[in-house]
Amino acid sequence: MHYALCDYVLDIVQNAVEAGARNVGIEFAESGESTSVSVSDDGRGMTAEERERALDPFYSDGTKHHRRKVGLGLPFLAQAAAQAGGSWSVESRKGEGTTVAFRFPKGNVDCPPTGDVPGLFLAALSLPGGHEMAIRRVRAAAGGGSSEYRLRRSELAEAVGGLERASSLALLRDYLESQEED
Amino acid sequence: MAKMSLEQLRKLREEKKQDLTRREVEGKEIQIIVGMGTCGIAAGAKETFDAVVKAVEEKGLGEQVIIRQTGCMGLCYVEPTVEVVKPGMPTVIYGKMTKDVAKDLVAKHLVEGKLLDDHIFDRPAADIMKK
Repeated sequence: MHYALCDYVLDIVQNAVEAGARNVGIEFAESGESTSVSVSDDGRGMTAEERERALDPFYSDGTKHHRRKVGLGLPFLAQAAAQAGGSWSVESRKGEGTTVAFRFPKGNVDCPPTGDVPGLFLAALSLPGGHEMAIRRVRAAAGGGSSEYRLRRSELAEAVGGLERASSLALLRDYLESQEED
Repeated sequence: MAKMSLEQLRKLREEKKQDLTRREVEGKEIQIIVGMGTCGIAAGAKETFDAVVKAVEEKGLGEQVIIRQTGCMGLCYVEPTVEVVKPGMPTVIYGKMTKDVAKDLVAKHLVEGKLLDDHIFDRPAADIMKK
């Protein structure tokens, strides 16, 4: 199992990128009561049968790791959501893409901690590939109500000079941390 | 820290580029590859990635080091795993590379040119190891 909600999100985002997506969208919304996340991609998608199998921890299609028999990303998420009284969904169409969404109630004792959101976005944005990634982050504002910010991978890559060099990643880290300020 | 705009981010990048005494990095680039499969993430690879970025920058090696992510490297039992490719040194896959050890990795392997013997799980021949 993963420790924090951010870890579940990164795992799902990595699936999206590895599914050959050209566009990945992440919505990460936190209120006082719950955390809701959706990750959508236009990658290769799954048939209904493949979708069912993806929820079986003792199944992997073998394309990532030859002869491996386990695939734990989605099963981890489903189990954690069930334990915490949350909800999750996986919608997918072969050749069109996949959307994974989940919601965790913060009041439940089994709800994992949120984790490091700027760290999540740093790791997600710097996953290798030529895809676009759009992130929308919504959170409860200090004075009541909510505030939000948006991130776009191509814009950030251009601003910091690519997403691989440590100096660029350190700058991006500072930028992402600053976005969490009110 | 006040909220930064994209324009401020671009400006910071430009200032940084000008401040740097650009070293000749051609052919001297160091690559650090962090395993970010489900097993790695569950063991804290995201924190390791973050710690490597910070430690490399703190040591002033930011322009010289490329940090990438990959999936599971097949060493799930010693996650987080990190591969280091440094010219003049054997390519190494380190395991049990938690965020605290990641700082040692940068200080020892990258700066001092020494292997972290207790964390090597693949690649160097036995005669390279100290024990």
